[in-house]
Amino acid sequence: MSATPLLELRGIDKSFGPVQVLRDVALSAYPGEVTALVGDNGAGKSTLVKCISGIYATDAGEFFFEGQPVQINSPRDASALGIEVVYQDLALCDNLDIVQNMFLGREKRSGLVLDEATMEQLAGQTLAGLSVRTVKSLRQHVSSLSGGQRQTVAIAKAVLWNSKLVILDEPTAALGVAQTAQVLELVRRLADRGLAVILISHNMNDVFAVSDRIAALYLGRMAAQVKTNEITHAQVVELITAGRSGQLGLRDENGTEYADLTTPGADA
Amino acid sequence: MSQTADRIASSPAPDSPTRGLSLRRALDFVGVQNVSLLIALGILVTIIGTQDPVFFQTANIKTIGTAVAISGLLAVAQTVVIVLGALDISVGSQAGLASVVSAMAFTATSGNAALGIAAALALGLCCGLVNGVVIVFGRVNPVIATLATLAAFKGVAQLVSNGRAQGYTGADPVFIFLSRGSIAGIPTLIWVFVLAAAAVHVMLKYTDLGRNIYAIGGNDNAARLSGININRYILGVYAMTGLIAALAGILITARTGSGQPVSGSEGLELEAITAAALGGCALKGGKGAVSGTILAVLLLGVLTNGMTLLGINPFWQNVAKGTLLVVAVVIQQVRSGERRVGLPT
Repeated sequence: MSATPLLELRGIDKSFGPVQVLRDVALSAYPGEVTALVGDNGAGKSTLVKCISGIYATDAGEFFFEGQPVQINSPRDASALGIEVVYQDLALCDNLDIVQNMFLGREKRSGLVLDEATMEQLAGQTLAGLSVRTVKSLRQHVSSLSGGQRQTVAIAKAVLWNSKLVILDEPTAALGVAQTAQVLELVRRLADRGLAVILISHNMNDVFAVSDRIAALYLGRMAAQVKTNEITHAQVVELITAGRSGQLGLRDENGTEYADLTTPGADA
Repeated sequence: MSQTADRIASSPAPDSPTRGLSLRRALDFVGVQNVSLLIALGILVTIIGTQDPVFFQTANIKTIGTAVAISGLLAVAQTVVIVLGALDISVGSQAGLASVVSAMAFTATSGNAALGIAAALALGLCCGLVNGVVIVFGRVNPVIATLATLAAFKGVAQLVSNGRAQGYTGADPVFIFLSRGSIAGIPTLIWVFVLAAAAVHVMLKYTDLGRNIYAIGGNDNAARLSGININRYILGVYAMTGLIAALAGILITARTGSGQPVSGSEGLELEAITAAALGGCALKGGKGAVSGTILAVLLLGVLTNGMTLLGINPFWQNVAKGTLLVVAVVIQQVRSGERRVGLPT
């Protein structure tokens, strides 16, 4: 526990009608660290992210940002705090260029008209700060970029706003080997710059390659949150699939409660 | 790979990197789409001009300008709607309704042209908002929604006017100025068109409003996640379209000297869409510009004018317009390297 967490969630509950998706979830994200959020399909990863980013309202629970209790009721609240989300489906407009995409919805203006020069400069600085050298021109249309480059632009867009916490939803899901390495390197660089990063991933190799901490969700409950160097590959897989692994994970009474409810394979 | 090959094969020669940088830059500035329109316009002008020198007379050029002003206004508004990824089929009916209302308000206020114009503009704004509200809050597809209001607005125009031309504005100095007056030798009609088009062009190209309209047309999901209030933009764009359609309606009133519920405005919506599509707007949204639309409007205007000058059967004019549109869109699609599977977008 190096410092106070940048973002701390306590006791988050979330239901959609009769279905309780999140139950008493706690999560901490530390500045300068990559926290990997893992879990099976339907474990509640995306729901948790949407709660953090203000898209869903939580039923119960507390948010602490830099130690202070905060309310996040809308995506605007989240971005005001410095929380940015890079969505899985790459929220980029193909018909716009890199600069236009990075400033989408928050364009710089001088008077009534767009201030293209400043935007281009800021975009260039941000990309250079992330040591991104793969894009030829900032005025290239996003449709002409490769998957990895698009992901890079999406991440740079999130970083542009002096954000403190960047949440990445499966950033490498659709990428090839080389591009995955590129993006993971970029993720690591974000943390090295002092940002808190939450990385959602299904890929254990990615998780172990970049994360400092692993938080495993199991059927809407936080099974464990541990440092990456204190856990093995196999233990994480156990946490994801069974909610517990040896000493780690959900306590027996809770564990069995869920184990009783689910027949093998039903939790997919 | 075949897509890339297609693109290379169909690209005009100046696209090759061996040519000068300045040429490339000039091309980027004008846009490839616009260059092909300019070439088509040049060829057409040359053909018509050599056949009949009357074409180049100032009076004839003014005729072309005033003839395209009204449909041009609607085409410019339609461009914005199409860039947003929607369509407004009701602009013709809105113009008709505005025309009737402007003349009736003019008569009712015993000849106050300003009030007549104001009433028409306010009504256009309301009509546009009705479209927007139906689309946003009724969750109706824009084509269906405006198809419905196309019929409804026309019906309202016929109801309030009893299907007859309304009022007589032909003696009013304001309306005379609008239809036959000129500033600096250029007819007022053309001024109205040029100013409105310039305003829309600046809005689309140089403001965050325009940028966000392109973003919504390109990927509405991304736009929403970037914090853009899409519903507000839909309402705003349709309201603006209503306003411009009302302006067109007022010009119809001025030109005909009375409020016309149907004649003069019927079919304008399709002309507007034709011009926008010819000018390079993609119906799926996110692509298009006012400059292209204006070139297309001019191209269509010159075509009509030229064929009339050359005494070609007016029925052929429609065939020519249709052919032009199909050829232009086919060229666009081939250039964009669209896959030839399923319905084209």
